[in-house]
Amino acid sequence: MNERAKPELKPVVNESGIEVNPLYTEEDVEKSGGYDMVGLPGEYPFTRGIHRLMYRKQPWTMRQYAGFGNPAETNQRFKYLIANGQTGLNVAFDLPTQIGLDSDDPLAEGEIGRVGMSVDTLRDFEVAFDGIDLNKITVSLTINGAAAILIAMYLAMAEKRGYDLKQLRGTAQNDILKEFIGRGTWVYPVEPSIKLVGDTIEYCATHAPRYSPVSVCGYHIRESGATPAQEMAYAFCIAKAYADEALKRGLSIDEFAGRLSYNFNIFGNIFEQVCKFRAGRSLWAKIMKEEYGAQKPGSMWLRMIAGGGGGGLTFEQPEVNIVRGAYYALISALSGAQTMALCSYDEAYTIPTEYSARISLRTMQVLIEEMGLTETADPLAGSYYVETMTNQMRDKIVQIMAETDAEGGIVKLVSEGIIQARVSAQAYRMQRDIESGRFPKVGVNRYRNEREEDHPVEFHPYKEEDARVQIERLKQVRTERDQSKVDQALARVRQDAQAGANLMPAIVEAVKAYASVGEITHEMVKVYGRYKEPIRF
Amino acid sequence: MKPIKVLLAKPGLDGHDQGAKIVVRALMDAGFEVIYTGLRQTPEAVARISLEEDVDVIALSSMAGSHLHFCQKLKPLLEADGLADKLWLIGGSLPQQDHAALRELGFKGIFPTGSKLDAIVDYIRQNVKDGVK
Repeated sequence: MNERAKPELKPVVNESGIEVNPLYTEEDVEKSGGYDMVGLPGEYPFTRGIHRLMYRKQPWTMRQYAGFGNPAETNQRFKYLIANGQTGLNVAFDLPTQIGLDSDDPLAEGEIGRVGMSVDTLRDFEVAFDGIDLNKITVSLTINGAAAILIAMYLAMAEKRGYDLKQLRGTAQNDILKEFIGRGTWVYPVEPSIKLVGDTIEYCATHAPRYSPVSVCGYHIRESGATPAQEMAYAFCIAKAYADEALKRGLSIDEFAGRLSYNFNIFGNIFEQVCKFRAGRSLWAKIMKEEYGAQKPGSMWLRMIAGGGGGGLTFEQPEVNIVRGAYYALISALSGAQTMALCSYDEAYTIPTEYSARISLRTMQVLIEEMGLTETADPLAGSYYVETMTNQMRDKIVQIMAETDAEGGIVKLVSEGIIQARVSAQAYRMQRDIESGRFPKVGVNRYRNEREEDHPVEFHPYKEEDARVQIERLKQVRTERDQSKVDQALARVRQDAQAGANLMPAIVEAVKAYASVGEITHEMVKVYGRYKEPIRF
Repeated sequence: MKPIKVLLAKPGLDGHDQGAKIVVRALMDAGFEVIYTGLRQTPEAVARISLEEDVDVIALSSMAGSHLHFCQKLKPLLEADGLADKLWLIGGSLPQQDHAALRELGFKGIFPTGSKLDAIVDYIRQNVKDGVK
C-alpha cells in the first residue's frame, strides 16, 4: 500500500513542508484527523465554503487591479472593465498617494500616476468614480499607509453622491503589518500604524457597518518568500493583532469580525493551494468561535479574495503566463473564493494594457460560463488526498502560529525585522533552486527557447503630461477651497492624534474640506513620526 | 585582501524589495561586503552613502518604472562626488527600450528581471577596477 517505501521513489515534499504520497486512501484521511472538520458548505467550521450554495447562487466577484495616471483616465479604464463584464473594482494608487505625499511634493517627482491612480483630494475621487453605481459595483481600495485618509475620502465621496453609508459596501486593504514585511508602503511606526487600523475598524463598525475596513493579506507575505502555510499563519496572526486592537476599544467581536476579510495568493501546487484555503477557512472559524467567543456565523467566515499569482509568473515566454493564470484561476474557483483577480501575463514587464487585462477577465469568465465550476459547492471534498492534505495543512498552520506566538508574537517579530529576514532567506533559496533547475519552471530552467524571440508585450505608456495635469488640479483645489476650514480640520487631526483619540472623525472632516492626502499625513507624522525600517539579514 | 564593497540601494518610492534582498544575499554569499540601504532612497542619499562608505560598486534595484528619472538625477551627483570611476549597476523591471539610455547614463551593468544571480556576481568580479583594492 505504501508506495513511499519503494526505494526508487524520491520523496516529494510540498512548499509548506508536507510530504506527498504517491497514493492516498481512507486510511490516510483517518490518520491525519479524519473527516470531523469537513462538514457542509455554509455550516461551521466552513471547510467547504462559507455559503451553502456557493457559486450556484452567485459566482465570484471579478475584480481586476486597475488604476494609472490621473483619475479621469482611471475612470475610463474602470468603465472599460465594467463594460467587459467585470463585477467589482480594485483600485491601484500611485506610490506618492500610497505613502501620503501630494503630487507637488518633490519626492513624488517621476512617480505620479506611474503604478496607479494619483489622488490628492476628494475632488480626485469624485472624478475617478463618476458614473459608477457604487451599489452595483463594489470598490476595493488597495491602500495601506494612507488607508485611514482614503477610506474617509471614499465614504465622503459616497455620502456626497447620496449613498446611505449604513448600506454602503466596499473594502480597503488597510493591512499595515504586511506592508512592513513586503510591499513597503508604510508611513508611521508600527504602534501608531496598528492604532490607525483599530480606528478604521471602530469607525466603520458604527458609521459604515457593511464596509470592510481591512483585508488582511497573506498575499504579499507569500510574494516576499513565505510558504503557503506561512502565508496563512502569518495572516491569521496579523488579523488577530487587529482584532485585539479593536477589542481594546470596547467593541464586541461580533460587531466587527464579520467585516474583516482576507487576500491570499494562488500560485503553486494546485492541491497544496486548495487545501490551504479549505484548512484556513475551518481554522479561522475555530479561532473566532473558540478563542474570541464569536456568536454570529458571519464573524467566523473567512471571506477572501484569492487571486493574483504574480510570484508564479515568469519573465521568460510571457504568453505562457496566460496558461498559468488559467490554472491559478481554477485553484481560486476550487477553493471557494468570494472574489478573484488575476495578474495579467505581461506584469513582469509593464502594468496591464486593456488587452492583457481583458484576457485575465475572459479567463475567469470562461471558468464561470464554460467549465462547470459554479454548479456545485466544494467539488473536491471527500477526495482522500484533498481531505488528508487539508488536515495536514491545518496542523501546519496551527504549528507556525504557535511558534510565532512563542517567539514573542507577530507584532514584535515584524517590528524587529525577523519575519522579513526569514521570508527573504526563503525567497533567496527558492531563487537559487529555480536557477539550478531544482525547482522546475517551464521556459526558465527547462524548455527554454533557443533564442528568446521578441516578446509580444505591448507597453502601457507612461505620460509625463498626467503629472502636470494632476499638480494643476491640486493647485486649483487649493485656491477654490475654504482655507480656514482646512486649517481648522488639520489642527483637529493633529490634536486628536496627540490626545490618542480615534482619528477618523477628524480625518473625515479634513477630506470633506478638501484637505489633501499629503497635508493630512503631514499632521499625523508630526505626532507619530515615521517608520524606520529594520535592516536584518 | 579587502573584499569588494557594494552599495545596494532601493531608489525612489518603490516598495518591492524581494529582488533586492535576494541579490544582497547572493552578493554576501559571494564574499562581497554589502551595504543595503532599505527603501525610499533619494539620489542625494545614494550619492552620500556611496561616498561615505567608499564602495566599489553602486547598485540600484528598481521595480516601479521610475529608473530613468532617478538615474538622470543620480548621475551628476555621483560625478560631483568623484564616484564616476566606480562600477554602476541597475537591476529590476527595466524594459529593453530603456537599456541604451541607462548605459548612456553610466550604468554599465544592466540586469533586468530574469537575470541570474551568478551573472551579477561574475559581472562585478570582472569589472571592479584593479580587481580588489
